[in-house]
Amino acid sequence: MKALLLHLGVLAGLLALNFLAPAYHHAMLARIMVLAVFGLGYNIAFGYTGLLSLGHALYFAAGLYATGLLSQAGWSAGPALLAGVLAGGAIALVSGALALRTAGVSLMIVTLMFAQAGYQTILYYTPLTRGEEGFNLTNAGRMLGPVNLTEETPRYLAALALFAVALLLKLALVRSRRGRVMVAVRENEERSRMLGYDVFRVKLVALTLSGLYAGAAGAAWAVLFGYVGAGFAGIQYSILPLLYTLLGGAGTVLGPFLGALLMFYLIDLTSDVSQSYLFMVGASLLILVVFAPKGILGSLRARGLKWLP
Amino acid sequence: MGFWPIFLLALMEGLVSAAVLAITAAGLSLVFGVMRVVNVAHGAFFMLGAVGAWFVTTYVPGPPALVFLAAMILAPLCVAALAGLADIAVLKRLNYSPDATIVATIGLLYILEQGALSFFGPSARPVPAPFSFRIQLPWFGYSGYKLAVVVAAVVLLAVLWLMINRTKAGLVMRATQSDPEIARAFGINTDKVYAGVFAFGAGLAALAGVLVVPIQQAYYLMGEGPLLMSFIVVIIGGLGSLRGTLVAALFIGLSDGVISMFFSPTLTEILATLLVAFVLIFRPQGLFGRGAA
Amino acid sequence: MTNNLGPFTTRRRVLGGLAATGATAGLATGLGTRFAQAQSSAPLKLGFQLHRTGIGAAYGRWYERTTKAALKAVNEAGGINGRPVEVIFEDDGTDAARGPQVLDKLINQEGCELVFGPLFSNVVMATAPRAAELKIPYLVCSETHSVAAGKLNRWTMQPGITDVKSQVRAVAPFIFDTLGKKVTMIYPDYAFGYDHRDFLTQAAKEAGAEIVKLLPIPVTETSFTRYFAQIPRSTEVIYHVMVGPGVLTFVKELGEFYGSNHPKLFGFIDSLEAVNIDTPSLSFLEGTHFWEGDCRYAQPDETEFDKAYRKAVGVNDQGAAINDPKEISTYAHMFSCWETLYVIKAGMEAADYKGPQDRQKFVEAVEAMSDMPASMQHPQGAKRFNGKTHQVFGHQNISQVKDGRLVRIERTSIDAGLYPDETDYTKMSF
Repeated sequence: MKALLLHLGVLAGLLALNFLAPAYHHAMLARIMVLAVFGLGYNIAFGYTGLLSLGHALYFAAGLYATGLLSQAGWSAGPALLAGVLAGGAIALVSGALALRTAGVSLMIVTLMFAQAGYQTILYYTPLTRGEEGFNLTNAGRMLGPVNLTEETPRYLAALALFAVALLLKLALVRSRRGRVMVAVRENEERSRMLGYDVFRVKLVALTLSGLYAGAAGAAWAVLFGYVGAGFAGIQYSILPLLYTLLGGAGTVLGPFLGALLMFYLIDLTSDVSQSYLFMVGASLLILVVFAPKGILGSLRARGLKWLP
Repeated sequence: MGFWPIFLLALMEGLVSAAVLAITAAGLSLVFGVMRVVNVAHGAFFMLGAVGAWFVTTYVPGPPALVFLAAMILAPLCVAALAGLADIAVLKRLNYSPDATIVATIGLLYILEQGALSFFGPSARPVPAPFSFRIQLPWFGYSGYKLAVVVAAVVLLAVLWLMINRTKAGLVMRATQSDPEIARAFGINTDKVYAGVFAFGAGLAALAGVLVVPIQQAYYLMGEGPLLMSFIVVIIGGLGSLRGTLVAALFIGLSDGVISMFFSPTLTEILATLLVAFVLIFRPQGLFGRGAA
Repeated sequence: MTNNLGPFTTRRRVLGGLAATGATAGLATGLGTRFAQAQSSAPLKLGFQLHRTGIGAAYGRWYERTTKAALKAVNEAGGINGRPVEVIFEDDGTDAARGPQVLDKLINQEGCELVFGPLFSNVVMATAPRAAELKIPYLVCSETHSVAAGKLNRWTMQPGITDVKSQVRAVAPFIFDTLGKKVTMIYPDYAFGYDHRDFLTQAAKEAGAEIVKLLPIPVTETSFTRYFAQIPRSTEVIYHVMVGPGVLTFVKELGEFYGSNHPKLFGFIDSLEAVNIDTPSLSFLEGTHFWEGDCRYAQPDETEFDKAYRKAVGVNDQGAAINDPKEISTYAHMFSCWETLYVIKAGMEAADYKGPQDRQKFVEAVEAMSDMPASMQHPQGAKRFNGKTHQVFGHQNISQVKDGRLVRIERTSIDAGLYPDETDYTKMSF
């Protein structure tokens, strides 16, 4: 109950910020919420099921490009978004069916390799994708029914709606039987197998769910911000959700959101102070990790807030 | 040009990239194998080696060959000291927790890249080779320095192998790798071993950076490629197996070279990447690893 | 705006109402930041989207210096509309995702009137939609053909540097007539590389020349020798336009591969910006040809404008920083920042620019521009702006490496780079 109230409280706070936040922070929060969805999904695979993937950029990019290219081909935003979500899930399902034959560090490399191959494929088809430079969606392609997503408030609320659905679904998932099985697989794969669980299947479902989240985030990025480009398929976008998750707390529902919030503002604030802001970002990460090695929420949970999901 | 000359060229190129890769990856393999941590900053150490070589060759007077030799010693030493310091100041405090180490080494990577950007600058800068001769084959010319890099790599790896298998330091390292608890019981200071291994691994990466810089150039973002490639090599080779790392480096270097004969460059990269993925899918423990990785 | 959105409209209406009172900037700056003012004496703030870190950093450093030098000159001459000018630089990390965020920050937090300066086309593409949403003039220094191709919007303009299509068309006759008619192209697997491919192929068709081989190379590639075997023997000219740090390796390996007996080479200096050309490892380039936007080495017939500009930005006759001869400038491109700032000045003065309410008038004023004579405002040379396509056209330089220096051997006319309009932004709504 406490947990549900906390998460509803966060959502209510974000809704209130729609009316209160100054324009700059309002726009930034919309971006953070979309990338947080990416992080939430990553955490399903990594934090709860123990799958260390370095290839989630592939699923994000699948959503981004499916939506972007279909929109370019004249699809309206609704179907294009849906296609993007499904593309993320489908690619995760197919690549997962192969990659999950491996575990641990090998899984890390296989997922990384798939993602790199995906990135190179986008560049290879530059005449279609415009590669690194990317392309813009038309204003017509950014109308979700009557809602004009090029405007500030509709965009913010759309990002919030996506984030809310993703957050609450994840909360329900980790508190369900399936969620507990996922944690059991993470903690002890052998024992879960002996207890009769189909470990491969549990992992594949977790990875596919994770891919759906990443695809949704990518699809939403295309429509909400109107830009699609290969930069989002690069290794940085596999590392970012990992970083968000680790900073906020792996295996916590809200962790990736906090991590994303922290990273955005860390870069934003340090770049106000110094030109060498990367140095300060790096130093902040070191300090953070020394004082909260399990991430913010993970460390809080270890220090008493045991009810944190 | 006919098929065989092109094939020869592909093999030679593959050999050179395998040589550089093997040294970089050997460093990572030690860190990964002994400490079981993912060091994201490994590529940054490689970059620092190259940048260090630029500073030495630019500001130290003397004959090129000697100055370059100085760079081969000074740059890796400085980088190793830096890495040792990072280990003691940060990684040790984290108890080498795998998750926390990833975040910490990402932080370290940012700091090192910013340092290079601030003190070395954003442009790519060439470093002259200690000697320059061009080997003219009937079909094409080839850089003599590149072949020297291959020879240097072979010597280095042989020394490394002897060190691990024939010296006390190597024994201590292997003992810590196979069971830190028992190593401690035998009076080995594992904290020192970890700091030493982390520094040594970084030094190897830096040495590879020095060797490669006359072929490429010093640039503050040059570490990403070597980081990814050495990870791949270490995993494919099998964790903690130096022989595996070497074979994997050869496998990746040569297959990349040969595939590039038949396809356009980008397609080559796609295929070579997928090849690596499928090797692991069908042999998850790597070529020379035992049991589940 | 439609009113069937219910709760969706609230915030917009609040903002709209405030905007009418001219206080948007005040609300927008938000927590703990400075308040922008609209008084006529207050400094006019301009935002600069800077590649201070990331792969564009070598350019970024010089774009910042050039802009500061231009700013100094503008302020010494009385500013814009009599108001002093301030430029606020914000790093985008050469990252498409950060681009729009930087624009937001410059406008909503710093209270800038407009944003200019980005070079890398991924940043331009990602930021342009945001500029249109916020209705902010966005003046890019990118060379990308996407502006003139009509892919962007009414708020995005490129008044400081010629686009790739025009550059390629201008130098193509020299390549085909002087160097050879059988060309192999080596270019990065970037949209930018494909633009070169498309425009040169088109020009070759018109000139009766032939592209015998296309070699797109991934930008992450660090060794190139193995691909040289794919260059056909019949090749008379190798056209190379690489980007990124790998280019030094590229040139060196090409030299090792061919030795002295090589096809003619024509390259775009983009590859070697900020790189010392007079170094043993690049000696292979001796005698080869390059496109240059502005000539790195001071030419014997250098105009007085270029001379004064060179001094103002702190560059010596070899194209290096006066206070550190090891640091080579990005001379071929950086004039675009200088000239763009002067276009901003001219546009704002023509529009009698007072504040954010005049942004549209400013865009219209720039669209109305056409010929820009060579002057201290345009030290690279005369330009012709096309208001319909939002693109400027200028002279291009073809230089040859002689004794480790770039020596200009031809300067193309503006007309040589013109092509039919592909869009008309003036017909688009704001």
